[in-house]
Amino acid sequence: MTTAHTRAPQGDPAALAAAATAAVLADLGSGAHRGVVVDSPPGAGKSTLVVRAAGELAASGERLMIVAQTNNQVDDLLVRLAEEHPHLPVGRLSATGYRLPPALVGTSVSNAEKAEALDACAVVVATAAKWALVQDRRWPWAIVDEAYQMRSDALLLVARLFDRALFVGDPGQLDPFATVDTSRWHSLSYDPSQSAVVVLRRHNPDLPVHRLPVSWRLPASAAPLVSDAFYPFTPFRSGTGPGERSLRFEAAREHDAYDTVVDVAAGSGWGLLELPARFTGAADEEAVRAVATLAARLLARGGTAVGERTPAGVPLDASRIAIGVSHREQRARVESALRDLGATEIVVDTANRLQGREFDVTVVLHPLSGRRDATEFHLETGRLCVLASRHRHACLVVARAGIPELLDAHPTANPVHLGVPVSFPDGWEANQAVLAELGRHRVSLTP
Amino acid sequence: MSTIAALGRLRAAATGYAQPAATVRHRHLSARPMVLVPYVLAGEAFAPLAVLVGTDRDRPHLLAVPQPRDRDRRFAHAAELAGRLLPHLGAFAAETETIERRGDDPYERSLDAPQVLVPTAGGIEYLRLLGRSTRFRRTDGEFAVPAGVPLLGRWSTWLADRAGVPGSSVLLAMTDLLTQAWATGQSAMEDGDLASLLAWIDPPAGRRGDEAAREAEGGPTAGPATDPAFDERLVPLITAFDEAVAAERESDEDAARGERERRAEQAIRDALAAELMPTWDRMWRGVDLLSALPAGASVAGRWEADRASYSFFAADLADPESRPQPRVPGAISAAAQLAGRERAQARLDAEQVRDDPLLMAAVRLAGEAFRGELIAVDAERMVTEPGKKTARPRPLLVFRTEDEPLFGPGTELACVERPDAKARVLVNEPGRMELELFGGMGGGKAPKPGSVPERGEVLCWTSLIAEFRRSPDWPAVEDTPWTHGGPPPEPGSEPDSATATGPEPDDDALEEWS
Amino acid sequence: MGTTGTTGAIAGRLEQLRGELPTRNHNARTVAALAANPGCARRGVLDAAGIEKTVLAERLGFPARYGRSPFAIGRGNVFEARVKADDGRELRRLLAEVLGADPDDGALVDVDRGGPTGPTARPGREERVARTREALLRAASGDPDACAILDHPLLPLDVAGRRAYLEPDAMACRVAGRLHVVEIKSFAIIDGSADPGKLASATRQAAVYVHALRGLAEELGLDPESVSTDIVLVCAQDFANRPIAVVLDVRRELATTRRRLARLSGVEELFAELPEGLTFDVAEERVGAAVARVPAAYLPDCLSACELALFCRDEARACGTGGDVGTLGTSVRGALGGIDDIGTALALADGTRAPEPGQEDVARLLRRAQALRHEALGGVG
Repeated sequence: MTTAHTRAPQGDPAALAAAATAAVLADLGSGAHRGVVVDSPPGAGKSTLVVRAAGELAASGERLMIVAQTNNQVDDLLVRLAEEHPHLPVGRLSATGYRLPPALVGTSVSNAEKAEALDACAVVVATAAKWALVQDRRWPWAIVDEAYQMRSDALLLVARLFDRALFVGDPGQLDPFATVDTSRWHSLSYDPSQSAVVVLRRHNPDLPVHRLPVSWRLPASAAPLVSDAFYPFTPFRSGTGPGERSLRFEAAREHDAYDTVVDVAAGSGWGLLELPARFTGAADEEAVRAVATLAARLLARGGTAVGERTPAGVPLDASRIAIGVSHREQRARVESALRDLGATEIVVDTANRLQGREFDVTVVLHPLSGRRDATEFHLETGRLCVLASRHRHACLVVARAGIPELLDAHPTANPVHLGVPVSFPDGWEANQAVLAELGRHRVSLTP
Repeated sequence: MSTIAALGRLRAAATGYAQPAATVRHRHLSARPMVLVPYVLAGEAFAPLAVLVGTDRDRPHLLAVPQPRDRDRRFAHAAELAGRLLPHLGAFAAETETIERRGDDPYERSLDAPQVLVPTAGGIEYLRLLGRSTRFRRTDGEFAVPAGVPLLGRWSTWLADRAGVPGSSVLLAMTDLLTQAWATGQSAMEDGDLASLLAWIDPPAGRRGDEAAREAEGGPTAGPATDPAFDERLVPLITAFDEAVAAERESDEDAARGERERRAEQAIRDALAAELMPTWDRMWRGVDLLSALPAGASVAGRWEADRASYSFFAADLADPESRPQPRVPGAISAAAQLAGRERAQARLDAEQVRDDPLLMAAVRLAGEAFRGELIAVDAERMVTEPGKKTARPRPLLVFRTEDEPLFGPGTELACVERPDAKARVLVNEPGRMELELFGGMGGGKAPKPGSVPERGEVLCWTSLIAEFRRSPDWPAVEDTPWTHGGPPPEPGSEPDSATATGPEPDDDALEEWS
Repeated sequence: MGTTGTTGAIAGRLEQLRGELPTRNHNARTVAALAANPGCARRGVLDAAGIEKTVLAERLGFPARYGRSPFAIGRGNVFEARVKADDGRELRRLLAEVLGADPDDGALVDVDRGGPTGPTARPGREERVARTREALLRAASGDPDACAILDHPLLPLDVAGRRAYLEPDAMACRVAGRLHVVEIKSFAIIDGSADPGKLASATRQAAVYVHALRGLAEELGLDPESVSTDIVLVCAQDFANRPIAVVLDVRRELATTRRRLARLSGVEELFAELPEGLTFDVAEERVGAAVARVPAAYLPDCLSACELALFCRDEARACGTGGDVGTLGTSVRGALGGIDDIGTALALADGTRAPEPGQEDVARLLRRAQALRHEALGGVG
């Protein structure tokens, strides 16, 4: 109501994105900055930027190290690098026992356990944990990928390896977490539990910060909502316009709530499958069954996803669907329910572990579904943001009725720490915005 | 919260008596703990008002400050407290054992270490602030304090820091110890009141816990913050003391000198003693209750870590070059502290559930463990795994269980009763679990004798496996990278910097409240 | 916003509930406290009616155990006086430090002093509001770089149709064309950190001032956004009484304040459920029954936020069979999947009661939990 939302950027998305990328590369090339930060909303071409920047730096003869957070992220980057720069000598620094995935065998990527073995490579890629073990090497440049997911103590272990760095990440996702109480360090500018970018910027307030303005992942149906609800001060738009992507399904057979919500989501990009209001434990058997059944139904309906990359359409197989939950126990229960339905290939994971990943269609168990009381964990803005921004075509949410009332009754008494930037918007407002949209695509399920 | 723990609270509320929350005690309990019950003056950042302290329940020592805003009296109090605490804290350093370390020099570890017990978490914060307000004091110059004061500050700081390490037992709050062991029929917030918590657990004869707890509420507080109603009574006593001091300064009758002041001080001490003594008695009652519980199997191992920390700290104190702990940690030490605490937390979580069937029950309920009887064993089973040339022993174990673990095929499991065994899930169906053993059998072509469980054994398996993580190699302080502000200035070169370590008088040395 | 008011019928209803009971003037602390347990209808009705809950709690036989230590009050006053002393010299120094204001420029206007009845007399509330408006307008039209400080301003705020007067112990300062709320608290910032609970409550109160000040600015035709959401908190540094200032972002708390005030105006819905003619102004032996007609949502956190908490706790412990699970805290409640009654939950766990439709899953969970607990305790739990 009073939050002064900035308007999303206007104009040709490809031109907008190209201009933003050019500005980043110009800052890198100028040599005027020790670091450059790039904020990237969900699916805004972060990897594309990393691959381009790697190419430019390599072309100028600068050796480069790339820091990613997980082994999957390392492999994904390597595949993109090998595609875009097939002649660039690229190294992968790995733990004992790692073997290159098939997609990388026969490419210019070589694998080694020791940094010495990769001295001839123009680009070396590894996880932050692996980089922390490297001694006696130094690179003029580094790219730190998913830097908002990285804890600042992890950056502390690798920053000695590079002179300058490009930090890329999504500020709207879940903050890194610790397993112990971290309040005693909150007032420190170098709080080890904070994200790497927050600490970096507190110590280097003059570093240029760029923003990628176009989400190539989120469809036109999702970008405005995700931008307004989670990025009110740094808006973005979708790379595709309304109608440029479509999701088609074969005719429904059961004509039940599952079929209806699949059709609703195919038409609008959103679907809410609403179960009757009831308070449940974390393991809401009914909701778990509904989530698994809905995912299995998506498969059974023989969908086809048509988009700018796949104008002829691709079948919506299990690898293009994911299920997002909040707790480990929910994940285990959904997996178990999927085994009963024979749909084991569908990825089920918690919001934390879905960060940075992309699918055509997602099925989400709402973090507040069935809860007697909202908690900070379940209200966390980043959790909902991750869950609502993994999809290229449609997001289907399963929830019990009654979440607005739950939010209304939620007492707000967050502790305040000096020196900690306020995360904004707060979970309450973001949740209301998402619920308001979902309410327009509601289908009731009465088990 | 687990439904199993929640049931404990429900049952307590329904019966009126506390229920077990654990089957063992998960913290070390010293045979001779130092009990410390502190009070501070309201409204001040840190102005000690009184402590009851001692290792003998029958001989509490009351140290009180009749005018807590008077700087000299404040430090006299700190010196007096140092006199009580330091001999005890230092007493364990002499007797040591030599511990060999792989890839490092052996070190001396004391055979025992001190333990300080305070009533509530506020008592831990009290020691932190006591440490912060005394460790930088000078023992010479214009604002000199007695030698014990800065030393007490360094010990208090060590205690409070160590208390933040999960599983440590050198400084513990009685409310934490009791709530780990018992569930009451009130909320966790109300359990923060030692009086009502203990009333639930140990009501007077013939009373129910819930009744006793209600009666205990509103009585003398366990501190360190005082009850405002008590403060109302204290105001005239302190005023009377101030007047006595002022009057005697002007009086020149030798005979009366000191007597009025002494009486006024005694009135303050009496009031404080009456307010503090109930908590003192509760502390020792708590010690009795906790000693009656058996210690968890891993408690001694964690106490070893406390003993090592104690020995390192005591050795550092003895080094004339050593400085007080800095006001705030630098970037490197903060990161190392966080990592160390996370490792301790992981160890604690894994050890506690293995030590305690009641905690493990919650893991089983959540589908992350099962307990079952071994009904069939194929000890001879050999498997050639993909990519391997030779077949390895992979004994097949079939369990019958009523638990409902949520394991998918391939999940790796550890065993509570056989800590070396490692197994993988093959088939998980209702009531029946097939595992293949792949670790803990020795490296031979056949499992080493006794390493394969036998039919009839009842075992508990869990997917919660504590990974051993080595402490990373943190950069040296002078190599702090630019991303984290670069190397901090040399100690002493910038006295105002947050990382300054040199002892310097704070402004509060100069100031006094009226 | 906020001045939408309540209809005459509602005002009459509130009047009836209140009777001759003493009323309380809302202040920043009580408005900020509205954020605690907003799901409680009893609290909503009492707050809307402006009833002094301390008095009601005493009549109910459950006097609130609140109070501030005379030592704390004394130190707070001394600290505030010191910060403001000497025409606000210390405060100017701090504002220059954190906001970049010119410490030597701009006046300190004491809204509380001077006026038609003489330089020392304390003016009435509406008079002080008028002076605050006037001083604000003057400051707004003055040199944008001047550091104008308003001492003892009085801000009007509509709380559920009743006019409340907020009296910041703090002041409104105008620096570089923006108005900043200043909160003076005597708690300590030690080595750059302070008690998160005290900081939170200072932040919530400051947000109420920002909200009221924005309302006033709007009335005066000024841009409400010129009232900054960055407030200045003045605290004591380390163990000394030297003041130190920090800037806090209160956007989150401001959003919460707005939501809660808007909700309070929606008190009509609560009345639909209440019996006609209900009043709390009755003889002591009947007041409990009258209050009980308005449903409460007691939680342990109420003990630190609401004067009526001990009464509500007693009521919640006695209700149903064995009491309300909410009395044990939200984490216990969350583990019981919506079973609100302690006796029912235990009966389901023990298998002595058959689950109602919709309770099957949670009943199964409770029975399994009970069986495992029993086994782990060697058959005695």
